[in-house]
Formats: sequence, C-alpha cells, structure tokens
Amino acid sequence: MTTFDTTLAPADLKSDISRLFLKKRLMNFALPAAVLVYLTYVFVAFDMAGLWERASLDNARTLVSDSYSYKTHVTRDNRSGEVSVAIEGERKGAYPDGMAPDWVALGETTVIDLENGHSVTFGSEAIEYVIPGYGTVRATPSRSAGVQAELPAGDVPEWISVSKNRLAVTTEAGRLTVTRNRAEVFRYFAGWELFFFTLDSPYYGMGAGELLQHAATGEGGAIFREFWTNKMWRHQDVAWAIAETLLMAFLGTIGAGIIALPLAFAATRNFMPLRSIRFAMRRLFDFVRGVDSLIWTVVLARAFGPGPLTGALAILVTDTGTFGKIFSEALENVDQKQIEGVASTGAGPVQRHRFGVIPQITPVLLSQLLYFLESNTRSATIIGAITGGGIGLLLTQAIITQKDWEEVAYYITLIILMVMLMDWFSGWLRRRLIKGEGGKAKRKARKPEEGGAFLLP
Amino acid sequence: MADLTAARPGIEDIRQHYTAHTQRKRLYGGILLAVFVALMAAGFRTANARNAGSFADGFSRIFDYPSEVLAEAAEKAAQLPGHLVEFFPALVETLNIAAASTLAGAVFGTLLSLLATRGMAPWPMLIPLFRRVSDVCRAIPEIVIALMLIFVLGGGPVPAMIAIAIHTAGALGKLFSEVNENASLKPVEGLTSVGATWAQRMTLGVIPQVGPNYISYALLRFEINIRASAILGFVGAGGIGYELKNAMSWGQGRYDEAAAIFLLLFVTIVAVDQLSGLLRDHLTHGAKA
Repeated sequence: MTTFDTTLAPADLKSDISRLFLKKRLMNFALPAAVLVYLTYVFVAFDMAGLWERASLDNARTLVSDSYSYKTHVTRDNRSGEVSVAIEGERKGAYPDGMAPDWVALGETTVIDLENGHSVTFGSEAIEYVIPGYGTVRATPSRSAGVQAELPAGDVPEWISVSKNRLAVTTEAGRLTVTRNRAEVFRYFAGWELFFFTLDSPYYGMGAGELLQHAATGEGGAIFREFWTNKMWRHQDVAWAIAETLLMAFLGTIGAGIIALPLAFAATRNFMPLRSIRFAMRRLFDFVRGVDSLIWTVVLARAFGPGPLTGALAILVTDTGTFGKIFSEALENVDQKQIEGVASTGAGPVQRHRFGVIPQITPVLLSQLLYFLESNTRSATIIGAITGGGIGLLLTQAIITQKDWEEVAYYITLIILMVMLMDWFSGWLRRRLIKGEGGKAKRKARKPEEGGAFLLP
Repeated sequence: MADLTAARPGIEDIRQHYTAHTQRKRLYGGILLAVFVALMAAGFRTANARNAGSFADGFSRIFDYPSEVLAEAAEKAAQLPGHLVEFFPALVETLNIAAASTLAGAVFGTLLSLLATRGMAPWPMLIPLFRRVSDVCRAIPEIVIALMLIFVLGGGPVPAMIAIAIHTAGALGKLFSEVNENASLKPVEGLTSVGATWAQRMTLGVIPQVGPNYISYALLRFEINIRASAILGFVGAGGIGYELKNAMSWGQGRYDEAAAIFLLLFVTIVAVDQLSGLLRDHLTHGAKA
C-alpha cells in the first residue's frame, strides 16, 4: 500500500483508498465492540450481579476498622464476679490480676469510663450502661431467669438487641454484651497496641525519652530483647520471614542464572554446531517455562517439604527456562568481530569466550538478573504462601484467623516496603553496573527493550 | 595537551603500571567473587537449615511425586479425555480472569502512564504522584489483595481478577510511560493548536503512535497473568488452580485428575506463549499490509 504504481488510474486509486478507509473505520468500531462483548460475557460468567449479595459488608467493616484500631475487653464472670481486662481479649494481652488501665476502676463495683458521658457499671447484681441522650440501660443476669433488661421507655432502638438470654448494646463509644454467664465491654482505640512491648514487659508504657535514658544506662540490649521477643507482634519471626523471602528470591534468581548460562550456549546457532543438541536444549527451556511455577512449586513441595529451600528451588527451576531463552537470544546477537579479534591474538577457546563473548552479554545478563530479582521477591511471597515459608506464610496464617487484621496490615506494609526497596535497589545497581562500563555497554543494554520485550517483571 | 610537554614515561613504567592495574583489578574481582560465593553458600545453608526436608533427602525424591502421578494417569489413561473435558470450564475461568484483568489493567495503565508522562500530563504538578501510585500498584503482590478480597467478597474469580488488574495497571503503567517518552509530541501540539481537548489529543495524537507497543506489552502481560491466575486459584480464587488444589488434597487415587490439570495448564501456557510470541513479532517488526 505504501508505493503506488504510476500506471494505476485515478479511479482505481480512489477506490483502493476508500476501501482502506472503510477497513480502518470498521476496525475502529469492531475492536471496541468486541472488547465490550467480551466484557459483557465475563460479567455474566463471573456472576458480577450476584456479587453484592455474596459480599459481606460486615467483614469489610471489621477488616478496615481492625487494621488501624484495637479493642480492649473488660470481662466479668457473673458467677465468680471476677473482672479481667485484656487487649483484644487475648491471654497474651491480658493485664495482670488487680491491674487495669486508668479508665477502668476496679473494686466492689467496677466502673468503666467510655468517655463522652458513656459509662458502664458492673454492680454486684445489675449492670448499668449510662448512654447520654438516651438513658440508662440496666441488665440483671441470673441463673434462673436469663438476662432481664430494663430499657428507658419507648421503642427499642436498632443498636440495642434484647432477647431472653442476651443483651447487646453497640454505641460509638463501645460495646456491651451481657449473657447469663458473663458481661463484657469493648472499648476501641486507634493504633496498634503493644507494638513495642507487651504488658508484662518492664518497659511497657514508657516514652521514647525514658527509653533512651534506660538505654543510656546500659539497658539497651535488654530493651531490644523485650521488643524483639514481643509475643503479640513476634518481631523476630517477622524479620526472619522477610529474610527468608528475600533469600528465596536471591538464591532462586542467581542460581537460575548460573545454571542457565552454560546451557544457553548449547542452544545457540553460533556456538553449538550440533543441530540436535540445540533443538533439544531449546525444547527443554520451553518445557521448563511451560510447566508453570505453580506446578513446580507443588511438585517440589512434595519432595522437599515446606520451607524456604523449596521456594528457592521452585523459583530456580522456573527461571532457568526463562533465562535460558533470554541468554541464548543475547548470545545469538553477539558481535562475531570481537571474538575474531580475540582469536587473532592467539587466544584459546576459554579465553575467546571469556574476553570475546562474556563482556558482550554481561549488560543483558546483569540487567535481566536484577529485573528478575525484584520480580521474584514478589513471587517468593506467593510461593511462600503455597509451600509454607517466609512472609507469605505469615500473611496467609494471619488472614485465616480472620481477626488479626492489624497484623495483616503490618505484614502488608512490610511486604510493600520490601518490594519497593528491592525495586529501588535493583534499579540502582543496574544503573551503577551498566553505566559504569561505558557507552558501548549502554547501547547493548538497551537491546532487550527494543527487540525481545520478553523480560520484565 | 599538557602531557605532551611533560617527560614521557618509559616503557618499563607503562608496563609496571599496567601490571599493577591488572593485578589490582584481578584482586578486586577475586574478592568480589569470593564474597559472592560465600553469600550464596551461606544463603543455601540457611535455607536448607530452615526447610522441613533437607536438600540431599529431597533431591533423591524429586521424581517420586511426578512418577506416581504419571503412573496412575497411565493406568487410568482411558479416563483422561473425560477429565480433560471436566476441567475445561475451570481452565476457561482461569483464562477469563487473566484476559479481563489484562484488559482492565491495560486501560488503567494507559491512564496512569498518560498522567505520568511529561508533555502529555494534563496536570504536570501531579506527575510524581501518579508515578508513585503506579509504583505502589506494582509493588503489591497479587496474593495480598486477593486474600483480603476473598474475605470480603467470598471466593470466586472476581477477587483474583481485581487483584491481578491492580498489579497489571501498575506494571503496564510504568512500561507504557517508557513508551510514551519516545513518542513524538508534534501531533499533540498540532491537535492543541486546533483546540482539541486532552482526551482528544491523547486518543488521536498519542495512542496511534504507541498502540502497537502497548498491545505487545499487554500480550506479554497476558501470558504472565495466566500463570498468576492459576496460582491465585490455589489460594482459593477459583479456576484451574482451585481444581488442582482439590485434586491434590484427595491424594492418591485421584492423581489422574491432577495429571489432567497439569496437562491442560501446560498446553495452555505453551500455546499462549507461542501465539503471543508470533503476534508480538508481527507487531514490532512491522508487516503492515
């Protein structure tokens, strides 16, 4: 279409052109229409319309509010009259006997201040909740009669649910539940409680200045140990998990590079004269790449059991195929002149490869390795969730409990930071290593961007 | 030039210099290599120590599971076509997740990239913001969003689709903006001079220039997304990964199903790989007519 035959009559030309235009116009409408039809099909196939019914907004609300806030439970056992205070209701976060935060006054009658005028009193018989603007809700639990609730006159508002054996009041200040056996108050606070020290630690509740003072007097190690062995947030385990994930990515990527490089030579036209070996090598790379990392992960997990080694091997095997393909493509594009030059000085085969070939492909090699190192950090998180290792495992475990959303938020923050840091680091290293080698290397390094476009995270 | 007037170094000097230089270079290279090898070895030992099974043990058992699966599949070879048909819908679901998320991701990625390229962005002040947005989208592993959405929306293909789409938008956003930077701004200027709006300038001035590159990157992403959606199925997001997990948890006696799923996944990935390779070749190396 680009060159016009001069013998063509203008009428022919015109009809040619208008046909071209028609085609283009049709394409312009047909393509978006096809996409639209496909999306409609997907909409139906995925049952998007029914999605809202299945979606649980309650779950979403707990997820969001839990991820930045925590609640403290004040619980009274109605039989023994014992009152206990625990953060998130967990034993790890329980206040020692007789100790309570300053908004709970323990005693014969326990008074819980929920702020803004809300307060709950655990009396010897009845439990009272004073709600400003509404009145006082009184509940008397007893063995025989269940929970007897007395509400102010009028309709029962929807944030109070009353039944024979249970009373639940949910206000913006907190939540009160009374059953026959126990009465429980939740008060919500923003932040991640006990992030640094748990309640049984001597350093709990100290400010940064105070801690610095203690550290200056030689308690630095102890302070760090208290933080490091925090039972609630398990900083030590989390740090190990992150390290494991990075280790998986590092071992997998570099190992794959080391294995793939010699194999790649066997798959190139210019270095492997035997056609059958070349063919076999290429099919091997295709096979390894085609067997998805999911399958490799599953197969290897059977042999090696859960842990970081399995993850590293899964990444290694999958990437060997990819690297083999990329490296062999790079090797086929190698400039023969440089090799001839090295050969003309009397170099043997090893020297020819060392000084003639490797310097030419180093930039491609390094930039690919670094790209994959970054993207494999992400893969290692996912593979860790399947094989059971690294931060991926911690994340799935925390999500499965469906209540430790603050931990989930913590892990997610760490994962994102880790990946972004790796991204930045690999980019920095790539620039340092490749630009440092001068102009020629820079030109070579651009090659994958132009042609192959195979690479990428 | 000043060097010429100075006394010339003797040939011995030059040689000494050169040898010293080479030796130093070799030493540094050697140290670097030693550190690297030590790092690899230490890493391997740590990974090995923290793994449930050791490398030596596992290595001898590496083919146990595949051979068990293959043996059982060969035994029940007659049922294989039936299984292939049975799991085909799951495969289609996985492909749909990948395709829909690639489409959605490409649309958002295009927007992000146009908003983050100098000379095309309607609000140049916000370029760093949009760059960070696409960085963050790219950094979040799919599994994180998928698991949270599964909790809220329930299991199924939609959480996986959204999760992959977000990651794709970030990844493509970055690649597309690299493409945009090489595009000529002249058509945009021309369109501005006749009073075109931003949307018109982009669709008529930029997209036709970068279209083939965009499609080529999106195809590549589609390949990656098939793998991702298979993996996400394994953690509960539907599709062939979910079926694989079920077939595997049944253990022995149902390995023929696992084999059928392996086969389906393998064939699909190889086929898509080849097809998109051909298409991308076609797109980048012309062949217009």
